[in-house]
Amino acid sequence: MSFWQKIIQYRWDGIEAAISRKTAQDVRQALQAPNRNFDDLLALLSPAAADFLEEMALAAHGLTVQRFGRTIQMFAPVYISSECTNSCVYCGFNRHNQISRATLSVAEVEKEVTFLHRQGFRHVLLLTGESPHHAPVEYLICIARKLRPLLASISIEIYPLTTDDYRRLIESGVDGLTVYQETYHLKQYAEVHPAGPKRNYRWRLETPDRGGQAGFRRLNIGVLLGLSDWRVDGAFVGLHAAYLSRRYWQSHVSLSFPRLRPAAGGFQPKFPVNDVHMVQLMCALRLWLPDAGLVLSTREPAGLRENLLPLGITQMSAGSKTAPGGYVAKENVEGQFEISDLRSPQEVVRMIAAHGYEPVWKDWDVSFLNAEQL
Amino acid sequence: MTQHPSLIISDRTFHSRLLVGTGKFASTQIMQQALAASGTEIVTVALRRVDLSDPQDNLMEAVDRNRYLFLPNTSGARDAEEAVRLARIARAAGCEPWVKLEVTPDPHYLLPDPVETLKAAEILVKDGFKVLPYINADPVLAKRLEEVGTVTVMPLGAPIGTNRGLKTRDSIQIIIQQAQVPVVVDAGLGAPSHAAEAMEMGADAVLINTAIATAGDPVGMAEAFRLGVEAGFKAYIAGLGQHSWKAEASSPLTGFLRSNHA
Repeated sequence: MSFWQKIIQYRWDGIEAAISRKTAQDVRQALQAPNRNFDDLLALLSPAAADFLEEMALAAHGLTVQRFGRTIQMFAPVYISSECTNSCVYCGFNRHNQISRATLSVAEVEKEVTFLHRQGFRHVLLLTGESPHHAPVEYLICIARKLRPLLASISIEIYPLTTDDYRRLIESGVDGLTVYQETYHLKQYAEVHPAGPKRNYRWRLETPDRGGQAGFRRLNIGVLLGLSDWRVDGAFVGLHAAYLSRRYWQSHVSLSFPRLRPAAGGFQPKFPVNDVHMVQLMCALRLWLPDAGLVLSTREPAGLRENLLPLGITQMSAGSKTAPGGYVAKENVEGQFEISDLRSPQEVVRMIAAHGYEPVWKDWDVSFLNAEQL
Repeated sequence: MTQHPSLIISDRTFHSRLLVGTGKFASTQIMQQALAASGTEIVTVALRRVDLSDPQDNLMEAVDRNRYLFLPNTSGARDAEEAVRLARIARAAGCEPWVKLEVTPDPHYLLPDPVETLKAAEILVKDGFKVLPYINADPVLAKRLEEVGTVTVMPLGAPIGTNRGLKTRDSIQIIIQQAQVPVVVDAGLGAPSHAAEAMEMGADAVLINTAIATAGDPVGMAEAFRLGVEAGFKAYIAGLGQHSWKAEASSPLTGFLRSNHA
């Protein structure tokens, strides 16, 4: 059993139609429901819910404060390799893009993380493109072991692996897995992933399952907003997160809201998602999943990040670079996409505090992992 | 457990019966003010939130150890092994050998695992720790923990952070009746009236975090909980009258005896 068996019970068109049929009364009912069902989620994602944004935002804010308090957990992405064998049309690392690429040495990764550590970060997310030749599992294990003394939590956003390889990474000190399906729409997925191993929809879809089976403490999923109808993709990612929480009950599930940004290749989103949509999506998913972490990256501009902060966000990155070595280790390597919020971590932290939230730098400990490995 | 004017846990005496947690506050300043207003003497801190190797750790520094018993907790541990390891690391880093034992394998409701909690408690007690275990309101488990030597039992009123009050009231009542160690009602209490209710039932203390930290005015709410706990405790000591559904004459059945003899 994996999410594949679950998702094939649904039809994209059917969900799309169900969403479009939802009425104001359905939205009111969804807002008042003590335990929301999938139909309620569809109502909250529907065009009819656009008139209830303030009510949704208030409810989302209340649930989040109760569950997570007035805190925002800080993390930083660390790109360690931009080599890639895929040709995702929206991505700067697309193998056809003529950009300067790099794979960091272990020492260079350590240099990047030491820099982030000085800024206060204790949670990092390591990222690669999909090139096991340049960034093999052994290389990632080596990096995790090296970084462990500096960090409280190490997550990865890399190419999909087998359950056994995930177990090896967990034993080396990695506790979180991020993998986005990008879109749950089969045809759109095939269209934007024309070549490379990422073409395999099902292998990617089942990646969080393999991560859950391997025992990651944190599973982070998401859709790339702009590739398909956000309402339907929102429903599927909500379904996926609920499935993962129930199945891998010892892992904490979180959701990200990456919205397409300008990148090498100049891809234009077919289904642009505006700020109003973004707010509706975030609030709907918070109301559907009161316990999920909601992650907001520096893809979004500073002003919008401030406004989204109280709506349910629990984790934020700051001062991010999307090129390997982008913090200190290298120069002239190109990034995956353009960052929008260019403020320093200190500026972001001041903004968070000014909004009445405590920035939390450390909310995990490497000591949770196996003692023999420490 | 028999009530004494002060709360005695193991070999230590406390004048406050309110324990406070440090999560979810909007800032350390607000947390410090709330701790002061609550009158608490025992403050619990999640080990996952502090950097034990950093003497300037913000949260560690914010809790004045001359004023409060710094009670590390193992929140986030999903089995006995992890909880024991965390507790030992805290002690090695200079914390007192007191630990609020939390083994919560499910990150959503944060409900305690009874099997792993008992296992960890046994190991930690043998290792010299004063163990305060967070448990579901299970009277048999409470007795088992007491037998292995924990210095309190801490049954939940409702799942952590829910503010739902004493949903487990009947089981907590049994735990209180049977306990030989202090019973601290932990988790789920959302209002000072809930805290008062627990104390009126005979709980030795309560632990509050979410209801204070996420209140509109955490400092005001901390004070309200202090008063709620005090009121409930005083009411328990004073002896509550029995409940009745209707007004009753003072001696409806035997009054005639007195009138006959008048």
